[in-house]
Amino acid sequence: MDINLGNIWHARDFILEGLQYSLSLTGFAMLIGITAGTVLAIARLSSNRMVSSAAATYVNLFRSIPLVLVIFWFYILLPLITGIQMGADKSAYITFAIFEAAYYCEIIRAGIQSIPKGQINAGLAMGFTPAQNMRYVILPQAFRNILPLLLTQTIVLFQDTSLVYVVGATDLLGAADKVAHRDNTLVDMYLGVAIIYFTISFSLSKAVKQLHGKIAIIR
Amino acid sequence: MIEINKISKWYGDFQVLTDCSTRINKGEVVVVCGPSGSGKSTLIKCVNALEPFQQGDIIVDGISVADPKTNLPKLRSRVGMVFQHFELFPHLSITENLTLAQMKVMGRSKEEASQKGLAYLDRVGLKAHAHKFPGQLSGGQQQRVAIARALSMDPIAMLFDEPTSALDPEMVNEVLDVMVELAQEGMTMMCVTHEMGFARRVANRVIFMDKGQIVEDCAKEAFFGNVEARSERAQQFLSKILQH
Ligand SMILES: Nc1ncnc2c1ncn2[C@@H]1O[C@H](COP(=O)(O)OP(=O)(O)O)[C@@H](O)[C@H]1O
Ligand SMILES: [Mg+2]
Repeated sequence: MDINLGNIWHARDFILEGLQYSLSLTGFAMLIGITAGTVLAIARLSSNRMVSSAAATYVNLFRSIPLVLVIFWFYILLPLITGIQMGADKSAYITFAIFEAAYYCEIIRAGIQSIPKGQINAGLAMGFTPAQNMRYVILPQAFRNILPLLLTQTIVLFQDTSLVYVVGATDLLGAADKVAHRDNTLVDMYLGVAIIYFTISFSLSKAVKQLHGKIAIIR
Repeated sequence: MIEINKISKWYGDFQVLTDCSTRINKGEVVVVCGPSGSGKSTLIKCVNALEPFQQGDIIVDGISVADPKTNLPKLRSRVGMVFQHFELFPHLSITENLTLAQMKVMGRSKEEASQKGLAYLDRVGLKAHAHKFPGQLSGGQQQRVAIARALSMDPIAMLFDEPTSALDPEMVNEVLDVMVELAQEGMTMMCVTHEMGFARRVANRVIFMDKGQIVEDCAKEAFFGNVEARSERAQQFLSKILQH
Protein backbone atom coordinates (compact mmCIF):
# COMPACT_ATOMS: atom_id res chain seq x y z
CA MET A 1 0.00 0.00 0.00
CA ASP A 2 1.36 3.37 -0.97
CA ILE A 3 1.01 6.34 1.30
CA ASN A 4 1.04 9.62 -0.54
CA LEU A 5 0.38 12.64 1.63
CA GLY A 6 0.70 14.73 -1.51
CA ASN A 7 -2.96 13.92 -2.08
CA ILE A 8 -3.87 16.21 0.79
CA TRP A 9 -1.88 19.00 -0.81
CA HIS A 10 -3.89 18.64 -4.01
CA ALA A 11 -7.10 19.16 -2.08
CA ARG A 12 -5.63 21.89 0.12
CA ASP A 13 -8.21 24.59 -0.61
CA PHE A 14 -11.08 22.34 0.36
CA ILE A 15 -9.23 21.00 3.41
CA LEU A 16 -8.32 24.51 4.55
CA GLU A 17 -11.95 25.53 4.32
CA GLY A 18 -12.77 22.57 6.51
CA LEU A 19 -10.08 23.57 8.98
CA GLN A 20 -11.42 27.09 9.04
CA TYR A 21 -14.88 25.71 9.82
CA SER A 22 -13.49 23.62 12.69
CA LEU A 23 -11.61 26.58 14.11
CA SER A 24 -14.53 28.98 13.95
CA LEU A 25 -16.86 26.39 15.47
CA THR A 26 -14.30 25.93 18.27
CA GLY A 27 -13.94 29.69 18.78
CA PHE A 28 -17.68 30.27 18.83
CA ALA A 29 -18.37 27.39 21.23
CA MET A 30 -15.55 28.58 23.48
CA LEU A 31 -16.80 32.17 23.65
CA ILE A 32 -20.43 31.29 24.24
CA GLY A 33 -19.49 28.30 26.38
CA ILE A 34 -17.32 30.35 28.73
CA THR A 35 -19.85 33.18 28.93
CA ALA A 36 -22.79 30.87 29.60
CA GLY A 37 -20.57 28.68 31.77
CA THR A 38 -19.79 31.67 33.99
CA VAL A 39 -23.48 32.46 34.38
CA LEU A 40 -24.21 28.78 35.11
CA ALA A 41 -21.37 28.58 37.64
CA ILE A 42 -22.65 31.63 39.51
CA ALA A 43 -26.15 30.14 39.39
CA ARG A 44 -24.89 26.80 40.74
CA LEU A 45 -23.29 28.62 43.67
CA SER A 46 -26.38 30.75 44.31
CA SER A 47 -27.99 30.49 47.73
CA ASN A 48 -31.35 30.36 45.96
CA ARG A 49 -32.17 26.64 45.83
CA MET A 50 -34.34 26.94 42.72
CA VAL A 51 -31.61 28.71 40.79
CA SER A 52 -28.82 26.39 41.89
CA SER A 53 -30.69 23.18 41.25
CA ALA A 54 -31.87 24.36 37.83
CA ALA A 55 -28.27 25.08 36.88
CA ALA A 56 -27.09 21.79 38.37
CA THR A 57 -29.70 19.89 36.36
CA TYR A 58 -28.57 21.52 33.13
CA VAL A 59 -24.93 20.78 33.82
CA ASN A 60 -25.45 17.19 34.93
CA LEU A 61 -27.73 16.47 32.00
CA PHE A 62 -25.26 17.55 29.34
CA ARG A 63 -22.31 16.00 31.11
CA SER A 64 -24.08 12.65 31.17
CA ILE A 65 -25.01 12.37 27.49
CA PRO A 66 -22.58 11.58 24.68
CA LEU A 67 -21.95 14.66 22.58
CA VAL A 68 -22.69 12.79 19.40
CA LEU A 69 -26.24 12.14 20.60
CA VAL A 70 -26.80 15.78 21.38
CA ILE A 71 -25.59 16.66 17.90
CA PHE A 72 -28.10 14.21 16.41
CA TRP A 73 -30.90 15.50 18.58
CA PHE A 74 -30.46 19.06 17.54
CA TYR A 75 -30.03 18.16 13.91
CA ILE A 76 -32.81 15.61 13.54
CA LEU A 77 -35.21 15.72 16.48
CA LEU A 78 -35.53 19.44 17.03
CA PRO A 79 -36.69 20.17 13.45
CA LEU A 80 -39.16 17.29 13.80
CA ILE A 81 -40.61 18.73 16.97
CA THR A 82 -40.49 22.44 16.19
CA GLY A 83 -40.78 22.27 12.42
CA ILE A 84 -37.85 24.66 12.09
CA GLN A 85 -35.15 23.42 9.75
CA MET A 86 -31.81 24.79 10.90
CA GLY A 87 -29.35 22.92 8.75
CA ALA A 88 -26.18 21.17 9.82
CA ASP A 89 -24.05 24.28 10.37
CA LYS A 90 -26.37 26.28 12.55
CA SER A 91 -27.36 23.30 14.65
CA ALA A 92 -23.69 22.37 15.12
CA TYR A 93 -22.89 25.88 16.42
CA ILE A 94 -25.83 25.84 18.84
CA THR A 95 -25.17 22.29 20.01
CA PHE A 96 -21.54 22.89 20.81
CA ALA A 97 -22.21 26.16 22.60
CA ILE A 98 -24.82 24.72 24.95
CA PHE A 99 -22.93 21.47 25.43
CA GLU A 100 -19.58 23.05 26.20
CA ALA A 101 -21.20 25.55 28.60
CA ALA A 102 -21.81 22.62 30.95
CA TYR A 103 -18.13 21.62 30.92
CA TYR A 104 -16.79 25.16 31.21
CA CYS A 105 -19.26 25.75 34.05
CA GLU A 106 -17.66 23.08 36.21
CA ILE A 107 -14.16 24.47 35.64
CA ILE A 108 -15.28 28.01 36.42
CA ARG A 109 -17.20 26.87 39.49
CA ALA A 110 -14.05 25.21 40.84
CA GLY A 111 -12.17 28.44 40.11
CA ILE A 112 -14.68 30.55 42.03
CA GLN A 113 -14.62 28.13 44.96
CA SER A 114 -10.83 28.28 45.07
CA ILE A 115 -10.90 31.95 46.10
CA PRO A 116 -10.30 32.14 49.87
CA LYS A 117 -13.06 33.39 52.17
CA GLY A 118 -10.75 36.16 53.36
CA GLN A 119 -10.68 37.72 49.88
CA ILE A 120 -14.46 37.63 49.67
CA ASN A 121 -14.75 39.25 53.09
CA ALA A 122 -12.16 41.87 52.14
CA GLY A 123 -14.16 42.82 49.06
CA LEU A 124 -17.42 43.00 50.97
CA ALA A 125 -15.77 45.00 53.75
CA MET A 126 -14.72 47.60 51.15
CA GLY A 127 -18.40 48.07 50.36
CA PHE A 128 -18.68 46.06 47.16
CA THR A 129 -22.09 44.52 46.55
CA PRO A 130 -21.97 40.73 46.09
CA ALA A 131 -22.22 41.27 42.32
CA GLN A 132 -19.37 43.81 42.29
CA ASN A 133 -17.32 41.49 44.48
CA MET A 134 -17.84 38.72 41.93
CA ARG A 135 -16.92 41.03 39.06
CA TYR A 136 -13.87 42.80 40.53
CA VAL A 137 -12.46 40.46 43.18
CA ILE A 138 -13.52 36.84 42.64
CA LEU A 139 -13.80 36.27 38.87
CA PRO A 140 -10.54 37.96 37.85
CA GLN A 141 -8.61 35.80 40.29
CA ALA A 142 -10.63 32.69 39.46
CA PHE A 143 -10.02 33.07 35.72
CA ARG A 144 -6.29 33.53 36.23
CA ASN A 145 -6.20 30.35 38.28
CA ILE A 146 -8.17 28.25 35.81
CA LEU A 147 -6.93 29.64 32.49
CA PRO A 148 -4.84 26.52 31.76
CA LEU A 149 -7.86 24.30 32.44
CA LEU A 150 -10.11 26.42 30.23
CA LEU A 151 -7.61 26.24 27.37
CA THR A 152 -7.12 22.51 27.82
CA GLN A 153 -10.89 22.09 27.64
CA THR A 154 -10.81 24.16 24.45
CA ILE A 155 -8.27 21.79 22.91
CA VAL A 156 -10.57 18.88 23.73
CA LEU A 157 -13.41 20.89 22.20
CA PHE A 158 -11.39 21.45 19.02
CA GLN A 159 -10.95 17.72 18.64
CA ASP A 160 -14.58 17.05 19.46
CA THR A 161 -15.76 19.35 16.69
CA SER A 162 -14.79 16.51 14.33
CA LEU A 163 -18.03 14.82 15.46
CA VAL A 164 -20.08 17.20 13.32
CA TYR A 165 -19.10 15.14 10.32
CA VAL A 166 -21.87 12.72 11.37
CA VAL A 167 -24.46 15.28 10.26
CA GLY A 168 -22.58 15.97 7.07
CA ALA A 169 -21.01 19.29 8.00
CA THR A 170 -17.79 20.04 6.18
CA ASP A 171 -15.34 20.57 8.99
CA LEU A 172 -11.71 19.47 8.76
CA LEU A 173 -12.59 15.79 9.09
CA GLY A 174 -15.71 16.17 6.94
CA ALA A 175 -13.71 17.80 4.16
CA ALA A 176 -11.02 15.12 4.29
CA ASP A 177 -13.70 12.43 4.33
CA LYS A 178 -15.37 13.83 1.25
CA VAL A 179 -12.11 14.07 -0.66
CA ALA A 180 -11.12 10.59 0.51
CA HIS A 181 -14.26 9.03 -0.91
CA ARG A 182 -14.18 11.08 -4.11
CA ASP A 183 -10.55 10.26 -4.93
CA ASN A 184 -10.41 6.91 -3.12
CA THR A 185 -7.51 8.14 -0.96
CA LEU A 186 -8.80 7.07 2.47
CA VAL A 187 -5.43 6.29 4.03
CA ASP A 188 -3.72 9.46 2.87
CA MET A 189 -6.58 11.69 3.93
CA TYR A 190 -7.21 10.19 7.34
CA LEU A 191 -3.51 10.14 8.11
CA GLY A 192 -3.16 13.71 6.88
CA VAL A 193 -5.95 15.14 9.04
CA ALA A 194 -4.69 13.20 12.03
CA ILE A 195 -1.36 14.98 11.60
CA ILE A 196 -3.13 18.33 11.32
CA TYR A 197 -5.24 17.72 14.48
CA PHE A 198 -2.17 16.56 16.34
CA THR A 199 0.00 19.50 15.30
CA ILE A 200 -2.59 22.10 16.26
CA SER A 201 -3.59 20.45 19.56
CA PHE A 202 -0.03 19.72 20.60
CA SER A 203 1.27 23.22 19.91
CA LEU A 204 -1.72 24.71 21.72
CA SER A 205 -1.07 22.62 24.81
CA LYS A 206 2.60 23.64 24.73
CA ALA A 207 1.47 27.26 24.51
CA VAL A 208 -0.84 26.75 27.50
CA LYS A 209 2.10 25.60 29.60
CA GLN A 210 4.13 28.65 28.64
CA LEU A 211 1.23 30.99 29.27
CA HIS A 212 0.57 29.61 32.72
CA GLY A 213 4.03 30.63 33.88
CA LYS A 214 3.40 34.16 32.64
CA ILE A 215 -0.03 34.93 34.05
CA ALA A 216 0.11 33.23 37.43
CA ILE A 217 -0.59 35.70 40.24
CA ILE A 218 2.41 36.53 42.38
CA ARG A 219 1.56 35.53 45.93
CA MET B 1 -20.64 55.26 67.29
CA ILE B 2 -20.76 51.44 67.59
CA GLU B 3 -23.33 49.98 69.94
CA ILE B 4 -23.41 46.21 70.45
CA ASN B 5 -26.60 45.09 72.18
CA LYS B 6 -26.90 41.56 73.53
CA ILE B 7 -25.50 39.75 70.51
CA SER B 8 -25.82 35.97 70.42
CA LYS B 9 -24.72 33.77 67.57
CA TRP B 10 -24.75 30.05 66.93
CA TYR B 11 -23.04 27.82 64.40
CA GLY B 12 -25.59 25.02 64.39
CA ASP B 13 -25.74 23.86 68.00
CA PHE B 14 -22.51 25.55 68.97
CA GLN B 15 -22.97 28.96 70.57
CA VAL B 16 -20.09 31.20 69.49
CA LEU B 17 -21.30 34.43 71.07
CA THR B 18 -23.42 34.78 74.20
CA ASP B 19 -25.14 38.04 75.07
CA CYS B 20 -22.27 40.31 74.09
CA SER B 21 -22.84 43.99 74.78
CA THR B 22 -20.53 46.98 74.63
CA ARG B 23 -20.27 50.37 73.04
CA ILE B 24 -17.49 52.27 71.37
CA ASN B 25 -17.87 56.02 71.40
CA LYS B 26 -16.58 58.38 68.76
CA GLY B 27 -12.82 58.72 69.02
CA GLU B 28 -12.46 55.80 71.40
CA VAL B 29 -9.91 53.04 70.97
CA VAL B 30 -11.05 49.70 72.32
CA VAL B 31 -8.78 46.68 72.43
CA VAL B 32 -10.37 43.22 72.41
CA CYS B 33 -8.29 40.32 73.68
CA GLY B 34 -8.89 36.77 74.81
CA PRO B 35 -7.82 33.21 74.12
CA SER B 36 -7.90 31.73 70.63
CA GLY B 37 -11.39 30.55 69.73
CA SER B 38 -13.10 32.85 72.23
CA GLY B 39 -15.10 34.57 69.47
CA LYS B 40 -13.15 37.81 68.95
CA SER B 41 -13.06 37.55 65.15
CA THR B 42 -16.69 36.54 65.05
CA LEU B 43 -17.72 39.53 67.17
CA ILE B 44 -15.74 42.07 65.15
CA LYS B 45 -17.11 40.64 61.89
CA CYS B 46 -20.63 41.05 63.22
CA VAL B 47 -20.01 44.80 63.45
CA ASN B 48 -19.90 45.20 59.66
CA ALA B 49 -22.25 42.30 59.04
CA LEU B 50 -19.66 39.98 57.52
CA GLU B 51 -21.12 37.46 59.98
CA PRO B 52 -24.86 37.31 60.57
CA PHE B 53 -26.10 36.83 64.13
CA GLN B 54 -29.34 35.39 65.45
CA GLN B 55 -30.06 37.61 68.46
CA GLY B 56 -29.45 41.18 69.49
CA ASP B 57 -28.52 44.16 67.37
CA ILE B 58 -25.57 46.31 66.48
CA ILE B 59 -26.03 49.99 65.73
CA VAL B 60 -23.28 51.68 63.73
CA ASP B 61 -23.60 55.44 63.47
CA GLY B 62 -27.32 55.17 64.14
CA ILE B 63 -27.90 52.41 61.58
CA SER B 64 -29.02 48.92 62.60
CA VAL B 65 -26.84 46.16 61.14
CA ALA B 66 -29.51 43.51 61.72
CA ASP B 67 -32.30 45.44 60.00
CA PRO B 68 -32.97 43.68 56.68
CA LYS B 69 -33.71 47.08 55.12
CA THR B 70 -30.20 48.36 55.85
CA ASN B 71 -28.00 48.90 52.81
CA LEU B 72 -25.12 46.76 54.02
CA PRO B 73 -22.61 47.54 51.23
CA LYS B 74 -23.06 51.24 51.97
CA LEU B 75 -22.66 50.70 55.71
CA ARG B 76 -19.55 48.57 55.19
CA SER B 77 -18.00 51.15 52.89
CA ARG B 78 -18.05 53.58 55.81
CA VAL B 79 -16.34 51.19 58.23
CA GLY B 80 -12.74 50.24 57.48
CA MET B 81 -11.56 46.72 58.19
CA VAL B 82 -8.04 45.31 58.43
CA PHE B 83 -7.53 41.54 58.46
CA GLN B 84 -4.97 39.21 59.98
CA HIS B 85 -3.83 38.06 56.55
CA PHE B 86 -3.92 41.53 54.92
CA GLU B 87 -6.23 40.39 52.10
CA LEU B 88 -4.94 42.80 49.52
CA PHE B 89 -6.28 41.87 46.08
CA PRO B 90 -3.33 39.93 44.61
CA HIS B 91 -4.33 40.47 40.98
CA LEU B 92 -4.29 44.26 41.32
CA SER B 93 -1.39 46.68 41.71
CA ILE B 94 -1.05 48.61 44.97
CA THR B 95 -2.53 51.69 43.30
CA GLU B 96 -5.49 49.67 42.00
CA ASN B 97 -5.98 48.14 45.44
CA LEU B 98 -6.21 51.65 46.85
CA THR B 99 -8.52 53.08 44.20
CA LEU B 100 -10.90 50.33 43.05
CA ALA B 101 -13.51 50.62 45.80
CA GLN B 102 -13.23 54.41 45.88
CA MET B 103 -14.26 54.44 42.22
CA LYS B 104 -16.77 51.60 42.12
CA VAL B 105 -18.37 52.11 45.52
CA MET B 106 -18.02 55.83 46.18
CA GLY B 107 -18.11 56.91 42.55
CA ARG B 108 -14.92 58.95 42.76
CA SER B 109 -13.07 59.77 39.57
CA LYS B 110 -9.84 57.96 38.84
CA GLU B 111 -7.80 61.11 39.50
CA GLU B 112 -9.50 61.83 42.79
CA ALA B 113 -9.18 58.20 43.90
CA SER B 114 -5.48 58.01 43.02
CA GLN B 115 -4.77 61.29 44.73
CA LYS B 116 -6.46 60.14 47.90
CA GLY B 117 -5.03 56.62 47.77
CA LEU B 118 -1.48 57.76 47.12
CA ALA B 119 -1.69 60.35 49.91
CA TYR B 120 -2.51 57.55 52.37
CA LEU B 121 0.14 55.32 50.83
CA ASP B 122 2.61 58.12 51.48
CA ARG B 123 1.38 58.38 55.05
CA VAL B 124 2.17 54.74 55.71
CA GLY B 125 5.57 55.32 54.11
CA LEU B 126 5.13 53.25 50.95
CA LYS B 127 4.67 55.75 48.16
CA ALA B 128 7.59 54.28 46.21
CA HIS B 129 5.75 50.94 45.94
CA ALA B 130 2.60 52.22 44.23
CA HIS B 131 3.18 50.35 40.98
CA LYS B 132 4.07 47.01 42.58
CA PHE B 133 1.83 44.03 43.26
CA PRO B 134 0.98 42.82 46.78
CA GLY B 135 3.05 39.67 46.36
CA GLN B 136 6.16 41.80 45.88
CA LEU B 137 5.83 43.43 49.33
CA SER B 138 6.75 42.12 52.76
CA GLY B 139 3.99 41.23 55.22
CA GLY B 140 4.44 44.43 57.17
CA GLN B 141 4.31 46.50 54.01
CA GLN B 142 1.19 44.68 52.82
CA GLN B 143 -0.55 45.33 56.10
CA ARG B 144 0.31 49.03 55.91
CA VAL B 145 -1.13 49.13 52.38
CA ALA B 146 -4.25 47.39 53.71
CA ILE B 147 -4.61 50.14 56.32
CA ALA B 148 -4.13 52.81 53.65
CA ARG B 149 -6.72 51.07 51.49
CA ALA B 150 -9.27 51.16 54.30
CA LEU B 151 -8.47 54.78 55.16
CA SER B 152 -8.88 55.97 51.59
CA MET B 153 -12.61 55.26 51.93
CA ASP B 154 -12.81 57.97 54.65
CA PRO B 155 -14.16 55.54 57.26
CA ILE B 156 -16.01 56.72 60.36
CA ALA B 157 -14.44 53.84 62.34
CA MET B 158 -11.78 51.17 61.83
CA LEU B 159 -11.94 47.49 62.76
CA PHE B 160 -8.70 45.52 63.17
CA ASP B 161 -8.69 41.73 63.50
CA GLU B 162 -5.25 40.67 64.80
CA PRO B 163 -3.44 42.90 62.31
CA THR B 164 0.03 41.92 63.50
CA SER B 165 -0.30 38.28 64.45
CA ALA B 166 0.61 36.95 61.00
CA LEU B 167 3.74 39.12 60.82
CA ASP B 168 7.36 38.29 61.46
CA PRO B 169 8.36 39.93 64.77
CA GLU B 170 10.55 42.57 63.14
CA MET B 171 7.58 43.87 61.14
CA VAL B 172 5.11 44.21 63.99
CA ASN B 173 6.21 47.67 65.02
CA GLU B 174 5.95 49.30 61.61
CA VAL B 175 2.24 48.34 61.60
CA LEU B 176 1.64 49.26 65.25
CA ASP B 177 3.25 52.67 64.64
CA VAL B 178 0.69 53.41 61.94
CA MET B 179 -2.12 52.30 64.26
CA VAL B 180 -0.84 54.39 67.16
CA GLU B 181 -0.69 57.44 64.95
CA LEU B 182 -4.21 56.78 63.76
CA ALA B 183 -5.44 56.43 67.34
CA GLN B 184 -3.75 59.67 68.35
CA GLU B 185 -5.48 61.47 65.51
CA GLY B 186 -8.81 60.52 67.03
CA MET B 187 -9.93 57.62 64.84
CA THR B 188 -12.61 55.41 66.38
CA MET B 189 -11.00 51.96 66.58
CA MET B 190 -11.95 48.46 67.62
CA CYS B 191 -8.81 46.32 67.66
CA VAL B 192 -8.59 42.62 68.29
CA THR B 193 -4.96 42.26 69.31
CA HIS B 194 -2.70 40.73 71.89
CA GLU B 195 -0.22 43.60 71.64
CA MET B 196 -0.58 44.80 75.21
CA GLY B 197 2.05 47.48 74.64
CA PHE B 198 -0.26 48.98 72.05
CA ALA B 199 -3.20 48.68 74.43
CA ARG B 200 -1.29 50.46 77.21
CA ARG B 201 -0.26 53.28 74.91
CA VAL B 202 -3.48 54.19 73.12
CA ALA B 203 -6.46 52.14 74.29
CA ASN B 204 -9.26 53.80 76.23
CA ARG B 205 -10.79 50.49 77.15
CA VAL B 206 -9.89 46.83 77.10
CA ILE B 207 -12.39 44.04 76.52
CA PHE B 208 -11.52 40.50 77.53
CA MET B 209 -13.48 37.68 75.90
CA ASP B 210 -13.66 34.02 76.84
CA LYS B 211 -15.89 31.26 75.46
CA GLY B 212 -18.03 33.68 73.49
CA GLN B 213 -18.68 36.05 76.36
CA ILE B 214 -17.41 39.50 77.21
CA VAL B 215 -15.88 38.79 80.61
CA GLU B 216 -14.19 42.13 81.20
CA ASP B 217 -14.95 45.53 79.74
CA CYS B 218 -13.15 48.26 81.59
CA ALA B 219 -10.92 51.29 81.33
CA LYS B 220 -7.33 50.61 80.41
CA GLU B 221 -6.04 51.94 83.73
CA ALA B 222 -8.26 49.55 85.66
CA PHE B 223 -7.44 46.61 83.38
CA PHE B 224 -3.68 46.90 83.74
CA GLY B 225 -3.50 48.75 87.06
CA ASN B 226 -5.69 46.74 89.33
CA VAL B 227 -5.06 43.18 88.20
CA GLU B 228 -6.39 41.64 91.43
CA ALA B 229 -9.83 43.04 90.71
CA ARG B 230 -9.96 41.21 87.36
CA SER B 231 -11.71 37.91 86.84
CA GLU B 232 -9.71 34.76 87.32
CA ARG B 233 -9.85 33.91 83.64
CA ALA B 234 -8.57 37.33 82.64
CA GLN B 235 -5.74 37.09 85.18
CA GLN B 236 -4.73 33.69 83.84
CA PHE B 237 -4.76 35.01 80.28
CA LEU B 238 -2.77 38.12 81.17
CA SER B 239 -0.18 36.16 83.09
CA LYS B 240 0.29 33.95 80.03
CA ILE B 241 0.74 36.71 77.49
CA LEU B 242 2.68 39.07 79.75
CA GLN B 243 5.08 36.38 81.01
CA HIS B 244 7.95 37.25 78.72
N1 LIG C 1 -17.75 28.93 60.08
C1 LIG C 1 -17.69 28.35 61.31
N2 LIG C 1 -18.40 27.25 61.58
C2 LIG C 1 -18.35 26.67 62.81
N3 LIG C 1 -17.63 27.13 63.82
C3 LIG C 1 -16.90 28.24 63.62
C4 LIG C 1 -16.88 28.91 62.36
N4 LIG C 1 -16.07 29.98 62.46
C5 LIG C 1 -15.58 29.98 63.71
N5 LIG C 1 -16.08 28.94 64.42
C6 LIG C 1 -15.80 28.63 65.84
O1 LIG C 1 -16.20 29.74 66.60
C7 LIG C 1 -15.31 29.96 67.64
C8 LIG C 1 -14.84 31.38 67.65
O2 LIG C 1 -14.05 31.61 66.53
P1 LIG C 1 -13.30 33.00 66.31
O3 LIG C 1 -14.29 34.10 66.38
O4 LIG C 1 -12.51 32.89 65.05
O5 LIG C 1 -12.33 33.06 67.57
P2 LIG C 1 -11.07 34.00 67.82
O6 LIG C 1 -11.00 35.03 66.76
O7 LIG C 1 -11.31 34.57 69.19
O8 LIG C 1 -9.88 33.09 67.83
C9 LIG C 1 -14.19 28.94 67.50
O9 LIG C 1 -14.43 27.90 68.41
C10 LIG C 1 -14.32 28.48 66.09
O10 LIG C 1 -13.92 27.13 65.99
MG1 LIG D 1 -9.52 35.42 65.34
